[in-house]
Amino acid sequence: MSHPDPNATIVVSDLVKSFGDRRALDGISLEVRRGEIFCLLGPNGGGKSTLFRILATLSLPDSGSAVIAGHDVVADAPSVRARLGVVFQSPSLDGKLTILENLRCGGALYGLRGEELESRIRDAASALNLSDRLGDLVETLSGGLQRRAEIAKCLLIRPEVLLLDEPSTGLDPGARLDLWAALEELRTKHGVTALCTTHLMEEAARADRVGIVSAGKLVALGTPEELTSALGGDVISLGVNPGTGADLLAKRITEKTGLPASVVQAEVRLESREAYALAARIAGDFPGEISSLRIARPTLEDVFVARTGRLFADENLEPDSRPAPKKKRH
Amino acid sequence: MTPAKQLLWTPSVAFWWRDVIRFLRQRNRIIGALATPLVFWLLVGTGFGPSFRNPAAVAAAGAAGSYLAYFFPGILVLIMLFTAIFSTISVIEDRREGFLQGALVAPLSPAAIPLGKFLGGTTLAVLQALLFCLLAPLAGLPIGLHQILLLMPALIVTGFAMTGLGFLVAWPMDSTQGFHAIMNIFLMPLWMMSGALFPMPVGTGWLHLVALLNPVSYGVEAIRSSFAPTISESLFSGYVTGVCVTALFAAVLFAVSVRLVAKRSRRG
Repeated sequence: MSHPDPNATIVVSDLVKSFGDRRALDGISLEVRRGEIFCLLGPNGGGKSTLFRILATLSLPDSGSAVIAGHDVVADAPSVRARLGVVFQSPSLDGKLTILENLRCGGALYGLRGEELESRIRDAASALNLSDRLGDLVETLSGGLQRRAEIAKCLLIRPEVLLLDEPSTGLDPGARLDLWAALEELRTKHGVTALCTTHLMEEAARADRVGIVSAGKLVALGTPEELTSALGGDVISLGVNPGTGADLLAKRITEKTGLPASVVQAEVRLESREAYALAARIAGDFPGEISSLRIARPTLEDVFVARTGRLFADENLEPDSRPAPKKKRH
Repeated sequence: MTPAKQLLWTPSVAFWWRDVIRFLRQRNRIIGALATPLVFWLLVGTGFGPSFRNPAAVAAAGAAGSYLAYFFPGILVLIMLFTAIFSTISVIEDRREGFLQGALVAPLSPAAIPLGKFLGGTTLAVLQALLFCLLAPLAGLPIGLHQILLLMPALIVTGFAMTGLGFLVAWPMDSTQGFHAIMNIFLMPLWMMSGALFPMPVGTGWLHLVALLNPVSYGVEAIRSSFAPTISESLFSGYVTGVCVTALFAAVLFAVSVRLVAKRSRRG
């Protein structure tokens, strides 16, 4: 296996995975460097969960390869598993056990026991502010606390690489901040590489780098700043009056201004470095057609729209995001 | 750094311990696994008692000879079957609630999950059966050191086999409803046709063949022999055969479970 970047901890090369006729992953390649916090951003159904499951050694790709910390996820799953901490979207805690019992159980799955296990539990619990909740039954905890216990369970095993699937699902804003602080600390103190999937723009904006996944392809890759500044300035969104076709208006604006205008969810969008002046001009040129006008700094959502011509909500649910109802699973 | 070997014992012991803790925390499970067979034993036992006239079975039941005494070992097996089912049903819940995915991404040997589950189920089944054995004097069955010494191996191998049956049914399932269906059409008849409920006819009939091929018969046989007040040579050879066949059956169930788990952990 050749490593194009010697610092890459996760190397994904040309991964393909189909479910029936549908290509959930259509040749994705990316690298995550050591100590990086990388976000896979995409709508539900874009393919990021499929990629997550392959990286977590739970699913096999049809073709292509994925290497984590120098070990192939297909050929050498045990080595990958020994180095990987996985935080699932639905918590992998046992509600009938206390946090402490869950942590002991979680550590035992990685061969930890005795004083070593107890001291790691103390460290992980204090890192996530769980020390005085250790005796609580998990099913009695709030979502935020459960998520913290889940991450503590992951920290016990001191993973080189952390995979997190939609980690802030069900967390209140405060708990989200805590989660990101915990990730930052892991990275700075222990050099942990983290890859997390998310469909939340705000979350992706905090990552070192973002990969945008749509329809099984990687449509954009870079730091959040690189991605947003690559757009041509600010974004103008125009609401269209009833009776006026959005497509027609977009075409006429493009003819008039020479800038490509696109239609997204019945709104006309275009980007410009002089958005304010341009907006004023368009508003003057098409007074009867425009019902609303908005100018905003580009966000990752605008990057997504610019690269795919679609809004996030437009994509369908991934078939593998739910269990197949009747099929036997082995 | 954790070495890249596949772990077996530490995780298995954790699963085992977890199953016992969970069971003890859910009192309704203890009651369900113990009270149902108790009621069944008393109702069926006293109802059938007067019409129970099988000389061979009376001899097999030992000095007591009553139907309650005959039925007692069968009820012990039923208790173990229920306990094993309750403990393996947790496999389905674990999958649904997410606990299992945490185990599937850990560097485990494919034998770790089945071993932990089998040990957990066996422990609970044997403990419940021993608890029920306190009622043996009510049926007129002796329960002393000699009976306990014979009973322990018989209960352990039977508990292991019952857990194995439960695990194999539970592992591929997505819903507990499916489990109950299989239990009713497969596990209960297996128990009924084992000589637990009524003596299987000896000779050439199809029932005899069923009893001969039914692996549960051997567990029932071994447990029943354990209660004999004095053990004759023929009774003892029946006991040894029962324990050995049940142990073999349990080993096969375990091997199949490990294969299933190995397949499942890398499904596409």
